[in-house]
Amino acid sequence: MPVFTPASGAVLKTETRLFTREPGTLFWVLVFPPLLLIAFGLIPGYREPDAALGGLRAIDVYVPSTVMVALITASLQAMPAALTGYRERGILRRMRTTPARPADLLVAQMVLHLAAALLAALLVLVLGNLVYDVALPQNWLAYAVTLALAAVASLAMGAVITSVARTAKAATAIGMSVFFPAMFAAGIYVPVQVLPETLRQIVELTPFGATAQALSQAATGSWPAWDHLAALGLWGVVLMATAARWFRWE
Amino acid sequence: MTMAIVEVKGLRKSYGGRAVVDGVDFTVEEGEIFGILGPNGAGKTTAVECVEGLRVPDAGTIRVAGLDPVRQRRELTRILGVQLQESELQAKLTVSEALELYRTFYPEPADWRPIAERLGLDTMLDRPFGKLSGGWKQRLFIALALVGRPRIVVFDELTTALDPRARRDTWKLIEGVRDSGVTILLVTHFMEEAEHLCDRVAVIDRGKLVALDSPAGLVSRSDSPTTISFRPSRPLPDAELDALPGAVSVNRQGSRLVINGTDDTVNAVITMLARNGVTAAELRVVDATLDDAFLGLTAREAEASAGRAVTAESADADAVRGGH
Ligand SMILES: Nc1ncnc2c1ncn2[C@@H]1O[C@H](COP(=O)(O)OP(=O)(O)OP(=O)(O)O)[C@@H](O)[C@H]1O
Ligand SMILES: [Mg+2]
Repeated sequence: MPVFTPASGAVLKTETRLFTREPGTLFWVLVFPPLLLIAFGLIPGYREPDAALGGLRAIDVYVPSTVMVALITASLQAMPAALTGYRERGILRRMRTTPARPADLLVAQMVLHLAAALLAALLVLVLGNLVYDVALPQNWLAYAVTLALAAVASLAMGAVITSVARTAKAATAIGMSVFFPAMFAAGIYVPVQVLPETLRQIVELTPFGATAQALSQAATGSWPAWDHLAALGLWGVVLMATAARWFRWE
Repeated sequence: MTMAIVEVKGLRKSYGGRAVVDGVDFTVEEGEIFGILGPNGAGKTTAVECVEGLRVPDAGTIRVAGLDPVRQRRELTRILGVQLQESELQAKLTVSEALELYRTFYPEPADWRPIAERLGLDTMLDRPFGKLSGGWKQRLFIALALVGRPRIVVFDELTTALDPRARRDTWKLIEGVRDSGVTILLVTHFMEEAEHLCDRVAVIDRGKLVALDSPAGLVSRSDSPTTISFRPSRPLPDAELDALPGAVSVNRQGSRLVINGTDDTVNAVITMLARNGVTAAELRVVDATLDDAFLGLTAREAEASAGRAVTAESADADAVRGGH
């Protein structure tokens, strides 16, 4: 069985069209993160160099955090709600009676949410640079690799939510309860860099804490510390295995 | 010479220790329309979803065009069209997008436009699924079941949500599909639909097959294939009523006399009327329908679930017969 069939293409095309008809998802994934960055920058103190941040401005460290907001909203909230809805309403089941693979539908949804989050990331980076003069990532390759690992881990976390939630309502509830800790780990409330030592070390072990540190490091031109990347990779593998183990078509 | 295209042997499926399909056997010949009737919860959906490969039987064997629906599900999906009793599509997917999408799933799909037209869907092509009424959703699912040019189609409640005109249009469409050589397995609650469309019907009651025959065969098997009713100008002697040949029951409904029996009973009633010089106003002689046959075959179900009500009713009927 080939990995990509004409039906996979048709499903992806259709799901892309349907994705553009979801104004809510489009707003929260594509528009909200850039708006958040703009709002942060309007706070005067955030545009001043801060000794606690090693001379960086708060707005500089908020760029990677805001990039992660897009990732978190897309993979922990939008995607599980969409997929559990497809399962709950028998859409996957109906598709199971055809030669097409319902897995194509899952893959299409993951690809679309990933693409939207990456587009939002790009918007945040460009806006940060144009509006607040935040330097673009110095090491693009390191930034891209980190972002790719982070995307895999966070989509896998969304897939776990999809697997354990029986209904779309439950998925939204779980998504919400993971959302705030994830935002904290991403440094949206307090930059990860200024957390007390022990707390910071714990946060760095979580997928989004590790991402926050790795992205900040890649932004300054160096390769992120290997332990952050290793943590991300490990999370991705474990979460994907968990999702695959518990997933139900009906 | 016809050939079995669907073979079901000893099919069994339990949920929570309760057998909901309990040893069902039937075969469907190539090119026939095969109906499945039965009360709510009888196990019809469970049985046909085993045939579709969506549910895994606990025991028994199923072959559809020689394929095992569980182990060879992928091959089966290419030749089997399915309308599920319950399912949905993406709320914002339009009718034409759905038809186009499902078309791409099949190796040799049909042109969906003529199918959509036959079902009246051509006026709804741009309507999103979530904004369709129940009947229109059902028409779309009928179209989707046919768009892959299947050899066999399973409809679970073909026309339940349809208005009478759409129902007749759908029957014509299904007959056309059958005439093109497609085999059809259909679950229905409409006796008229079964009588109109089906070559043979299986009646399932509480997980067991209780009858399998042509619709006419089922009707003629009923103990009282004919109902005679009229308003006698004078009361008729009880002794003569009780002695009517072939009569299964004699009831009074107000001033009307209702006699269930056979053709012999009809003749005897006419002779009795003439002999007593009684005229019969509003005389009706009605053949039993599939409805009656169905109720007769599945009566035990009603007794089991609503025992007392049924007993009381039959006691009443006896009272009428014994002491009017
Ligand atoms: N997935 C399931 N889990 C538990 N019980 C089930 C399941 N599916 C069906 N049942 C039970 O099996 C019995 C038969 O159900 P089924 O849906 O096959 O009936 P049916 O003949 O199609 O009824 P209807 O005419 O109402 O559609 C019912 O008692 C139902 O509650
Ligand atoms: Mg059913």
